[in-house]
Amino acid sequence: MKRARMSLVQLIGTGLALITLTSATLAQAPAAAPVLAPEALKQPLAGDWTSYSGDYTGQRYSRLTQVTPANVKNLTLAWATRISTDLRGDVATGGEGKGDFPVGQAAMRGTVLEVNGILYATSPDHVWAIDGRDGRELWHFFWKSRGSLHIGNRGAAIWNNSLLFETPDNYLVSIDVRTGKENWHVEIADLDQQYFSTMAPIVVGDQVLVGTGNDLDAPGFLQSFDARTGKRNWIHYTVPMNPGDPGLDTWPSLDAARHGGGQVWVPGVYDPETNLYIFSTGNPTPGYTGISRKGDNLFTCTLMAVNMSTGKMAWYYQTSPHDTHDWDSAQTPVLIDGVIDGKPRKLVSTAARNGYFFTLDRVTGEHIVTAPFGKTINWSKGLRKTGQPEPDPEKSAIVPGSLVSPMEAGVTNWPPPAFNPDLGLFYVAESNSFNILYLTDPDPRGSMGLGGKRWSILGFESNALRAIDYRNGKAVWRREWPQGASMGGGLLTTATGLLFSGDGSGNFVALDAKNGDILWHTRIGSISNAPQTFEIDGRQHVLVGVGDMLYSFAIY
Amino acid sequence: MRVFLAALLAVLSLPIDAAQAPPAYPAQQRGPGDPVLAARGLTLYTSFCRACHGADMRGGDMGGPNLLRSQLVLGDKNGDAIGPVVRAGRVPAAGGTVMPPMPLPDDDVRALAEYMHSVVFTAQPQGAPPPSAAVALNLLVGNARAGERYFKAECASCHSTTGDLAGIGSRVPNIEQLQNNWVSGRRPAAAAPPGPPGPAVSAQTARSTVRVTVTLAGGEQVTGRLVRMDEFTVSLTTDAGDYRSFTRRGTPRVEAVRVDDPLAGHRALWTKLSNKTMHDVTAYLAGLK
Repeated sequence: MKRARMSLVQLIGTGLALITLTSATLAQAPAAAPVLAPEALKQPLAGDWTSYSGDYTGQRYSRLTQVTPANVKNLTLAWATRISTDLRGDVATGGEGKGDFPVGQAAMRGTVLEVNGILYATSPDHVWAIDGRDGRELWHFFWKSRGSLHIGNRGAAIWNNSLLFETPDNYLVSIDVRTGKENWHVEIADLDQQYFSTMAPIVVGDQVLVGTGNDLDAPGFLQSFDARTGKRNWIHYTVPMNPGDPGLDTWPSLDAARHGGGQVWVPGVYDPETNLYIFSTGNPTPGYTGISRKGDNLFTCTLMAVNMSTGKMAWYYQTSPHDTHDWDSAQTPVLIDGVIDGKPRKLVSTAARNGYFFTLDRVTGEHIVTAPFGKTINWSKGLRKTGQPEPDPEKSAIVPGSLVSPMEAGVTNWPPPAFNPDLGLFYVAESNSFNILYLTDPDPRGSMGLGGKRWSILGFESNALRAIDYRNGKAVWRREWPQGASMGGGLLTTATGLLFSGDGSGNFVALDAKNGDILWHTRIGSISNAPQTFEIDGRQHVLVGVGDMLYSFAIY
Repeated sequence: MRVFLAALLAVLSLPIDAAQAPPAYPAQQRGPGDPVLAARGLTLYTSFCRACHGADMRGGDMGGPNLLRSQLVLGDKNGDAIGPVVRAGRVPAAGGTVMPPMPLPDDDVRALAEYMHSVVFTAQPQGAPPPSAAVALNLLVGNARAGERYFKAECASCHSTTGDLAGIGSRVPNIEQLQNNWVSGRRPAAAAPPGPPGPAVSAQTARSTVRVTVTLAGGEQVTGRLVRMDEFTVSLTTDAGDYRSFTRRGTPRVEAVRVDDPLAGHRALWTKLSNKTMHDVTAYLAGLK
């Protein structure tokens, strides 16, 4: 095969050339306000939904007040749209593939952005602009894939007039947010090394942050690209890559560390005051056989802060030392300006997949709270002095089987939590499951990826929605779903004291954020992304996805 | 030797299976390659590489690293990255075994690379290594007597070793399946064949034994097998076969919903069962021939 394979450097070069052309074109046009200036991303979540979590805090707390606990029962369908991957008609395309990779159904499994009444939805290889007033498609961009795992796409980012998104075959693509036509693309990870990309990029100033996934014993990293040119600013590896790197003493060898995982596949949060980007990393690899990676395996399953100017780590806190269950700590953390022991503190909280809730000082990384939020978790021998749960080796995969709670999916997963600052409550989906975990590959070299084990899923003890006091990790209220069997897709809370969630049984539910009382529901099917809210032409909409459907609700 | 044979078998059996399978995950992006060239590569690998890197390429006793996850091997195109290392040898940056230079001609390097890529191609989803021959593992580690004591104290109120569990050790000879069945409370298949267990029964299927009684305002009670239940609706099939469904906050008013789950005892068990007790009871049940 003669197809030239462009290196990252070459691709960046191409991107630069292309952007030069675009800039020249733009320079002749009259200066108009951009669709979304980076400065606007600092606004607290209100009228528009401008980034993955709505704003930089990760709180998913909307200041819109039209929908209240008193009138939410009047919420009605504004529109419903089936998002189509059909390529007939006027579809803009890009991509390095031959166009022969099968096109699947759309899957709304991430954030839909909303700016000035226009929605921007994504699915692997696809982006759509949709009129938020009535759900009609404005443009459709399709990326011809080279292949890879098409597991999901968590959304796009907007920088001025560019929409940025990641593709499963590891490109960061910039398209014109007004037309859906491509500006440039750059390769962000190597497909041959089995990376795949799902993360919603995060724009901070003129930087765009991207992460990638990989299951085959490859190092994780966070990268910053120039949002204008696609040129890489910095790369921050999440595992030690060179002799002398911090954390290397938590691995048996450099070879083990360099194959140690810690992927960055869920967006983090940003604190403009400290210029720190705070995010959490995935599981160590090999996932289930820890024998070849004895030690804590830094910086896998870790909440960490990176300075945006340098790409250097400011602090870290490992929420799951030496994980052996594929329990990525890849959950979006939440910034909280709170009070601890009577003193105002700048905090960050996270509810990790392993079933423990943590609150830290977000400036220093100082540990403040650890508390279990999984009702049945049984894998830890207790907390270290540092507040980290100490794994019980008996609860790893063992040959005769180990009875472990939770199962691989965890007590919670990527569907985002929410935080209501008026009530001081952190909301998270809580899934209490059991499985028996068998080691099937006792090879002393360890297995690879997520291999070497087999499980038998026993079922759920319960599924619930939990409201946690961030100051001590205690449940203030907890609503158990009668037979729910999924995590509900993610959460949204509002300044009027509402909480929106799926119930795991196909219902979209509005609850009283104070006490978990159910106020409204509609059965539209299994909620696949977190509910969102924004205001269009003076009316508050509540948007949620179910597979390839988008539903928008409003009060008339 | 076991591992070597396994690797060989995996490679030989793979182009056929793989040709039919869609490229579902990253290891399969490149295709299976040329089997004739790969077979020649295997001969070279056996002579030059196997001693250090292992018969299955996952690393060897002499310190050669795992090549199936090697970034150099994964990124190689037709030997362009593998060749220079083979010819020049390598001194690992962080210490460890030194790789001696091996002056192989171009076509040998090409064959070697083809073989390595063909093995990578057989990797399983989520980065798991290529399948290898089943290893005989002993799952029967429990103390049957301790298991018997536990069974009599905790299980005998619902189960009997001369009734529903008579001869269970013969009926379910696969220990893993036996343990999965008794801990979950799922009924074993009539005659579970030996070998790896079949697909797990879904939680939904497992619930089909759940019964529910709905009490309406006025005292009417409707009982049957639970079909589904959430905060808003409860649906059941009566013993006569009628489907009945109720709005929980509607009219007539649903006063009470009582769920009788025969597996509730098993769910409660999961929260307190230690691995040791689980293995003990499994050993006891396995002995009931």
